[in-house]
Amino acid sequence: MNFQHRQSAHCESGVISSLLSHQGLSISEPMAFGLANALAFAYIPIVKIGGQPLVAYRLPPRAIIKGLCKRLGVGVKFHTFKSPMDAAEALDDCVARGQLVGLQTSVYYLPYFPEQMRFHFNAHNLLVYGKRDGVYQISDPVFEELMEIAPRDLNKARFVRGPLAPKGLMYTIDSVPSEIDYPRLIRQAIGKNMKVMTGAPLPVIGVRGIRHMAKKIEHLRGSEQDKRLYLGHIVRMQEEIGTGGAGFRFVYASFLQEAAQMLNDNALAEASQAMTDVGDLWREFAVAVVKECKSDRPIDRAGLAERLRVSAAAEAGVWDQLKRWHRG
Amino acid sequence: MRTDQVPQDKSTTYAGHKKLLYAQDESGRYCGVQSSGWAVEAAATLDAVALYRERARQAWQEVHAGRKSPLYFHMHHCRMDLVLLSQLTGLWRWRVKRHFAPRVFARLSPAILARYAQAMDVSPAQLTQLPEQRP
Repeated sequence: MNFQHRQSAHCESGVISSLLSHQGLSISEPMAFGLANALAFAYIPIVKIGGQPLVAYRLPPRAIIKGLCKRLGVGVKFHTFKSPMDAAEALDDCVARGQLVGLQTSVYYLPYFPEQMRFHFNAHNLLVYGKRDGVYQISDPVFEELMEIAPRDLNKARFVRGPLAPKGLMYTIDSVPSEIDYPRLIRQAIGKNMKVMTGAPLPVIGVRGIRHMAKKIEHLRGSEQDKRLYLGHIVRMQEEIGTGGAGFRFVYASFLQEAAQMLNDNALAEASQAMTDVGDLWREFAVAVVKECKSDRPIDRAGLAERLRVSAAAEAGVWDQLKRWHRG
Repeated sequence: MRTDQVPQDKSTTYAGHKKLLYAQDESGRYCGVQSSGWAVEAAATLDAVALYRERARQAWQEVHAGRKSPLYFHMHHCRMDLVLLSQLTGLWRWRVKRHFAPRVFARLSPAILARYAQAMDVSPAQLTQLPEQRP
């Protein structure tokens, strides 16, 4: 298969931009991310990851692919399976037909992942582009080079139970539209994203969610060790493979820049710059947290909370800017 | 973030791989830049890895002393906890907890053992044994 592997910052937006580009609809990763209105923030204490609350910086898994395809009018087929045998057969069929196939997998069971990155996370996306000598050829968007994986390992990774269980999820693109009305879609996507970030009815989502997390940090109780674990967890959710909080802000800023050029709109270029500053604030926050965790002094909770509030205010500022643009 | 600010800390956690980040070049244009790691991120990752290792060590001791079944060690060794293991196997939490008792574990049916073995990606025989070396 004549397939062009592209490394990307995030697995889901990377997989879908590769899939669409392969079908002749060339789209960059930031554009895919932005048009799926994927930027978000959520602090969800009832979903525990290793005993700590889930902190998400983008929409939940599958939402990017579904949202983008719906917005663009792309025909995409999702398949889940009950039996691993059926799933493996269906995958082999598609590969034999020369189709590019997207899969949802668990990171822990992918042998090519670095040992220290293999945590239990069930919603990692990758592409299968062929099979040679009984081994699947993989394009994993977060790696710079192509990978190979034995059928046994891949089947295992596709059929993990637990939170966000992939159930063998496999997806292929049926059809792509010949023309896309970018000005209209960009406006729609930004408007929708604005609602997620500033208009959610729950206090744990969007800009309010960031302030909520600041409050949680301020009132953190327990031993110093517990506090360290909690704060370290926030940084991991923010920066490690698959999540990347500051990273997502930069991806979105890149989308705004691309949109500004496409529509020749200066207001979007300004918003892109402001979003870049937000990303930088998040990175500074991560630096500050790790510094606090490493020092022997008691953790300066108020200081960290204050930093987060600054991020929240900056992010609210960007959305205000975009709100004015959207209205005008 | 500017392209020259993209961290290149060669983190061991990346195992020689590189991650893509988006950053602005001198003219302010966004482009993808590979990063070989960031010390800040690596510190958080290594903390988590160390925590899992410490739990596995403690579990090994418990099992070695005969207070817990080997299942308890393998669970921690695979970076899992009770909640996750129960979700991965589809067994109720209280049942999993019960299987931490050496006497109950010794009488487990091959079917249940196979379920644990599958979740942890080891053979059932391996599951009933404790490695000789403390990890």
